Amino acid sequence: MKNTVQILIVLMLCMRSFAVNDNLIMAETFPKKLSDFAFFYDNSAQVPHEDVIPYELISTLFSDYSYKQRWVYVPNNKKAKYKESWVFDFPIGSALIKTFYYPVDERNPELGKNLLETRLLLRKESGWEAVSYAWNDEQTEAFKKVAGKTINVSWIDFMGEEKEVRYRVPNVNQCKECHAANDKTTPIGPKARNINKEFTYKDGEFNQLAYWMDRQIIDNYPLDLVSPVDWTDESQNMNDRVRSYLDVNCGHCHSPTGNANSTGLYLHLNETRDTHLGVYKKPVATGRGSGGLKYSIVPGKPDESILLHRMISMDPGVMMPESGRALTHEEAVEMVREWILLMEN
Amino acid sequence: MNEGDTLVIESGYYEFEDGLSLDVSNVTIKGEGMEKTILDFKNQQSGAQGFLVTSDKVTLRDFAILDAKGDALKVIGSNGINMINLRTEWTGGPKSTNGAYGFYPVESEDVLIDGCVAIGASDAGIYVGQSKNIIVRNSIAQYNVAGIEIENSYYADVYNNLASHNTAGILVFDLPDLPQQGGHHIRVFDNKSIDNDTDNFAPEGNIVGEVPRGTGIIVMANSDVEIFDNLMSGNGTVNLSIVSYSDETDDPNYYPHPKRIQVHSNTYGPSGFDPDLETGDLAKALYEISNGNMPDIFWDGVVPISQMVFGQPEDEKLIMEEENKVSFLTISPIKYMLGFTNPTRTDKKEFKGVINPLEPIVIDGI
Repeated sequence: MKNTVQILIVLMLCMRSFAVNDNLIMAETFPKKLSDFAFFYDNSAQVPHEDVIPYELISTLFSDYSYKQRWVYVPNNKKAKYKESWVFDFPIGSALIKTFYYPVDERNPELGKNLLETRLLLRKESGWEAVSYAWNDEQTEAFKKVAGKTINVSWIDFMGEEKEVRYRVPNVNQCKECHAANDKTTPIGPKARNINKEFTYKDGEFNQLAYWMDRQIIDNYPLDLVSPVDWTDESQNMNDRVRSYLDVNCGHCHSPTGNANSTGLYLHLNETRDTHLGVYKKPVATGRGSGGLKYSIVPGKPDESILLHRMISMDPGVMMPESGRALTHEEAVEMVREWILLMEN
Repeated sequence: MNEGDTLVIESGYYEFEDGLSLDVSNVTIKGEGMEKTILDFKNQQSGAQGFLVTSDKVTLRDFAILDAKGDALKVIGSNGINMINLRTEWTGGPKSTNGAYGFYPVESEDVLIDGCVAIGASDAGIYVGQSKNIIVRNSIAQYNVAGIEIENSYYADVYNNLASHNTAGILVFDLPDLPQQGGHHIRVFDNKSIDNDTDNFAPEGNIVGEVPRGTGIIVMANSDVEIFDNLMSGNGTVNLSIVSYSDETDDPNYYPHPKRIQVHSNTYGPSGFDPDLETGDLAKALYEISNGNMPDIFWDGVVPISQMVFGQPEDEKLIMEEENKVSFLTISPIKYMLGFTNPTRTDKKEFKGVINPLEPIVIDGI
């Protein structure tokens, strides 16, 4: 017993001296190994340093049914600034960390998980840079993959069915396909409105924005914030659920500042013009992506709507989003189908 | 790759399962010839295009991109992109399952496409969209729906190209509801747009899906376009067509009519001998209104209502200086609406005028 206590004390002392490697976040090149950043005490178990704060988004991007864990790191004595309708303006030296994984069996979390990759957005002096680290088969370390990687992975879903996917770790250019606004790399998720929800921390359940204030990593947030709804919450209004889903799954490119702005199809939360939302909007440079259909959305006719066609497709030349998906998001397709079906002409 | 690098891809056959992308500026990627260095995407599993470029001052030359699942070569937001002696091809012939575009620069500036070959695209072989300062020259576009298309773009020279066996040879289009519209200052000269005889195989819904087989050049809703010294021949529907955007739109910033179009010194071979009455409205309308006597040049005559009544401003009128034997037809909308038995005009003399040549396009360093 005495020994155990001694070991614990030694361990705690170690932990105290253990710090996130600020220099590496700011460095010109990325280190080879994820563990070099020291975001985690325990790399494999993904136990974060106390300054690395876990968070969740209200609605998330579909990534082939993979699970994601997110953390934010803001250097000591610095704060991210609140921006209306946009992501917080994080100070230099900040990091956003996201690990993608599949549980071995969705019915039984105790069987463990398969870590695929950990993506980083690092706020350097020159701006944000994106990079991904792919986990080794032993799940002991994640290694930098500038050119991306293909991982064939399988898991058991809630229904007890075995699922397979050809999972793609993106290359650094693909990171920028989505993470771009006005041609600069940017985070997408941590807008104040997207994280305005409760989260269970080690020290209890709190609203994430309130917690971030309390931890002094943000300077401010409005109390009357209008947030998107959780698209999976069926008690919510259908239109709100769909717009929330489209915002987080499409709106980062399909907005006037995003990579797909040349299409004129804008699906971000702030768009209000019917034509730009796709209603009776003709395709522009869609090619065979149109599937022989004439409009992005034909109210009342989901099967004549290009938007739904491209959500369903698994053909790389047709499917949307262009990267990051190899499977169809059945639940979302059903919701969008119903939304279009009920849409008034 | 780092800035300033040149990457040489040796001759050979390279297969890819995922799309390639380039986001480093000031680099050259060079093969050993469009018949020798082959990038093959027929087994592509991911990526919406074969090759994506998102950086500035990039030169790509001397290789081929085959059978991409989506577009072959897409360039987004590049400032300075040279595509030289490249080939994009779908090797199974014209099919609606082919990718949309061979060459697809969009939202780019200083765009050069020189000595390239584009075959089999289900939309346009060479497509330049929402860009500025463009040269497309010395290139060949065959067996595409549209050979070469300049869309919603400003300042383009399209010259010394061959567009043949497409559905339509060369298109200069402008469309509504887009960030950049009001296409203007486009010169199309010294091209051969001949024998465009491939049935339209574009997936429905796309604007080019409306284009009839056998059109040489179409200008739609652009201003300041100069078409000269081209050979248009063997186009079964019509050699040259100048039209308004005819679909409904409630975009207040969009001008759907062509204006200040100058057409001169072109050579016209046989056309109108096999009008494609099955595709879109253009061929059918022209066939009916001309009683099957298809002209070399067609203008739909559509202008804003005020101009129907009071006439077009002098400096917006269509100007034509062509040989006497070149046939022409336009529709007088007022006569058409009032039910005249012959609402057409066919006298080119009414459209004679002084040609004001547009300035050539200059790209620094080219």
